[in-house]
Amino acid sequence: MSTVRDWAAPNPVTENRSGLIGKPVDRYEGRLKVTGTAPYAYEVETPAPPLFGHIVSSTLARGRIASVDISAAEAAPGVVRVWTHLNVPAQAARGTRLNPRSQRASNPALESDRVEHYGQSVAFVLADTPENARAAGGLVRITYEAESADLDFLSSLDQAGPAPGEEDARIGDFEAGYTASEVTVDATWFSPLQNHAQMEPCATTAWWEGDKVVVHTSIQMVKGGQHALAETLGVPSDRVRLFTRYIGGGFGGKGQSYDDLTLAALGARETGRPVRVAYTRQQMFQATIHRPAVQMRVRLGADRSGRLNAMALEAVTHCARNAPFVEHAANFARNLYAAPNRLTGHRLVRLDIPHAGAMRAPGEAPGMLSLECAMDELAETLGLDPIELRIRNEPEVDPDNAKPFSVRQLVRCMQEGAQQFGWERRNPVPGAVREGRWYVGMGMATAIRGNFLLPAKAGLRLTGDGVATLTQGMTDIGTGTYTILAQITGETLGLTLDQVRVELGDSDMPPAPGSGGQFGAATAGSAAYETGMVMRRRLAELAAGDPRSPLYGEDPTLMDFANGNIVLGNRSESLAALAARAGPEGVYVEGGISPAADARDWSQHTYGAQFAEVGVDSVTGEVRLRRMFGVFAAGRILNAKLAKSQITGGMIWGVGAALTESNPVDPRYGSFLHQDLGGYLAPVHADIVNLDAVLLDEADDKANPMGIKGVGELGICGAGAAIANAVYNACGVRLRDYPLTPDKVLAALEAKGL
Amino acid sequence: MLTTIRVNGVDHDVDVDPRTSLLDLLREGLDLKGTKKGCDHGQCGACTVLVNGVRINACLSLAVMHDGDAVVTVEGLASGELLHPVQQAFLTEDAFQCGYCTPGQICSAVGLLAEVAAGQPSEATADLDGPVTLTDAEIRERMSGNICRCSAYPQILAAVRRAAGAAA
Ligand code: FES
Ligand code: FES
Repeated sequence: MSTVRDWAAPNPVTENRSGLIGKPVDRYEGRLKVTGTAPYAYEVETPAPPLFGHIVSSTLARGRIASVDISAAEAAPGVVRVWTHLNVPAQAARGTRLNPRSQRASNPALESDRVEHYGQSVAFVLADTPENARAAGGLVRITYEAESADLDFLSSLDQAGPAPGEEDARIGDFEAGYTASEVTVDATWFSPLQNHAQMEPCATTAWWEGDKVVVHTSIQMVKGGQHALAETLGVPSDRVRLFTRYIGGGFGGKGQSYDDLTLAALGARETGRPVRVAYTRQQMFQATIHRPAVQMRVRLGADRSGRLNAMALEAVTHCARNAPFVEHAANFARNLYAAPNRLTGHRLVRLDIPHAGAMRAPGEAPGMLSLECAMDELAETLGLDPIELRIRNEPEVDPDNAKPFSVRQLVRCMQEGAQQFGWERRNPVPGAVREGRWYVGMGMATAIRGNFLLPAKAGLRLTGDGVATLTQGMTDIGTGTYTILAQITGETLGLTLDQVRVELGDSDMPPAPGSGGQFGAATAGSAAYETGMVMRRRLAELAAGDPRSPLYGEDPTLMDFANGNIVLGNRSESLAALAARAGPEGVYVEGGISPAADARDWSQHTYGAQFAEVGVDSVTGEVRLRRMFGVFAAGRILNAKLAKSQITGGMIWGVGAALTESNPVDPRYGSFLHQDLGGYLAPVHADIVNLDAVLLDEADDKANPMGIKGVGELGICGAGAAIANAVYNACGVRLRDYPLTPDKVLAALEAKGL
Repeated sequence: MLTTIRVNGVDHDVDVDPRTSLLDLLREGLDLKGTKKGCDHGQCGACTVLVNGVRINACLSLAVMHDGDAVVTVEGLASGELLHPVQQAFLTEDAFQCGYCTPGQICSAVGLLAEVAAGQPSEATADLDGPVTLTDAEIRERMSGNICRCSAYPQILAAVRRAAGAAA
């Protein structure tokens, strides 16, 4: 196993001699996307005309299917199959694994008469056209026997139990420290249930080739999807070939497969024809995962100078009764501020609603909406600037485990952000700035998000035309994977970008863990880098051992790569010539990365500081963003343009979390009140004004050989808290119940007599 | 029902199911899958196309209503290898991430530029009588029917500005 010391040596990426690393090049697959020619899963060409599937969803939260009548649906025009739990083809029992090493277990569709949440699949229609499938879906008659269901989170808080397998994290004596503190804050925040609302609904196109099924599906994890389907069908995973080349947004919600995958594969097997199945927008809300609501109590105790003596963040959240998931809203607090006496932990309520799961920056995204506002409240109580309060609590080592930081530029983020944003113009007195009917205010918050490296592999082929093709069972969900892998491969081999191809999203390719948890770039990218280094060694040995090469007989370890050539002194040969001599297939190598044995001896995070200026309408209570700016530190940046897009995209998610996004559960049915994009208010263009971000120079040599880290989730962290703090600074109203919608703001203004 | 529709300059005589939306005709009937289905309810803009030069949500319109109409989709904007200025601006400004909303954003931006050139005011227009100045507020307002969950809004703004500059 390697150690981080191996990573500190200079290498082609860190030396960056041709300047491809960091360069703001256009997206590799951008041309396909702007011309509408990138085929997403539903759109791939099929070997024969396809059938169309439509899923019928339950209208009940909990109970059983009492009766089923599919006769009218079966008799409808164009209908080929109608399935319910009574006649769906056999699938492996839920949760079983034929292969103990499968990453996912069986996940059957229409498995029984049990209904566990509103929107669960209860029937499936296959027909010759989408119209016929959908119309027949409406003819399926199902009656239910309802059972009592727990649907309301806030009225079920007394049923909260410990999160499975977890204990509270306690350091020092929180209660004693808190009681002894000169200044305290004790308040509770609520972050509501939210939906991913990816623009591309989940979809699968499937067909069979002999006893092997080919599926194109929209999923963030190639192996996870392949294994889930293989286990569900009860076949070895090499009988499932899964492609996921273009993905219309994931954000965590496509970290797993759904019934579209299973039913498309079964439908294609039973009919012998290709099948397309897509979720409707309504099914995206009801039948995929969501971010659960979280209630967070924060207690801070400090001395008069602002030094924290005690800090607690206790989170209560929820998940589906039989699908455990914990939104770890308190975890980030463990690594953020120094305080000798600490308490953090989670409690869980089980509800009969759709499954909770990971959504962009799970944990931090809702969690930072509490602590970062509590710090604002503490700063005000102490008469301190919020940045100064944070600087006074900046730890020297990770306060959770006393490990040294690999690199931590949090203070610099805050200071540079303050300067560029014009923080000194902020009037610390709430409600003091008025422009006509608008109260105007500024707020800030910090951002922190972990950094991870997972094991991954890649393949690399150099052909006689001088083109290097990187292959990896990895995904690009809009994050820029294609582009950064091309940049890394080009820089490693001394090739230009038009000499590099990248192919992703195929389960036959060397595996990578996929996109999620902000680990994608570092993980897939490090594997690409290591594979490039394997290729360099192989090519150097080929040249040294080949009498036809000008480098014959030389020491391969001294050879270098630049401008499409392998070079030693004043002798060189083109990579194209070298590969051409190796045969028609060229040269193929595989390589990979695994975490260094000692990498976890350091505390590794990405950091940032978020600044917002808002206007609060004194008449309507509407909060309008006026300006937002963030400064972030996330290791070496591979592509300045794409990294910034990721970061600003995340910040805008923070705007949504603060101001508009929420999906209450209808207590009558267990459905979500908002089932479409008219009701669920993701930010639109007019909501976003003057929003920008910068990334600091940084390299984290403890993270991976390239010193890079993830940026996909950092931008959302703390963003909403900066807005909430700006709302307070604008009008003097502390709202702790997100989102800060006009009704709540107006009521609070009126309660203050404003 | 027999319907004649011109798409990207090519005439098609098609026999369409009266229930078929213009979006599904394009995607399934004519195999033009560049136009995306994000919601099928007129709430996201992913299906935006130009009908007789005006942008509409193709999911909210039945195919049979377009007998005799000329439709332009994202596939019809480039001239061979040469991208339309709006497409090129989206590429240069990184005005997309996952790319799923992008065909709709691009068609919408093409429609927007035509509306502004024709002097059509919007909610953000201060002076309803004079020519329309393409301010940032105008662009944001007029692009708000196209949701981008990847949230490339700052980059989309820059791209529309760039394309407007190129057109001017
Ligand atoms: S698909 Fe037409 S507006 Fe969403
Ligand atoms: S680019 Fe992904 S939704 Fe706009």
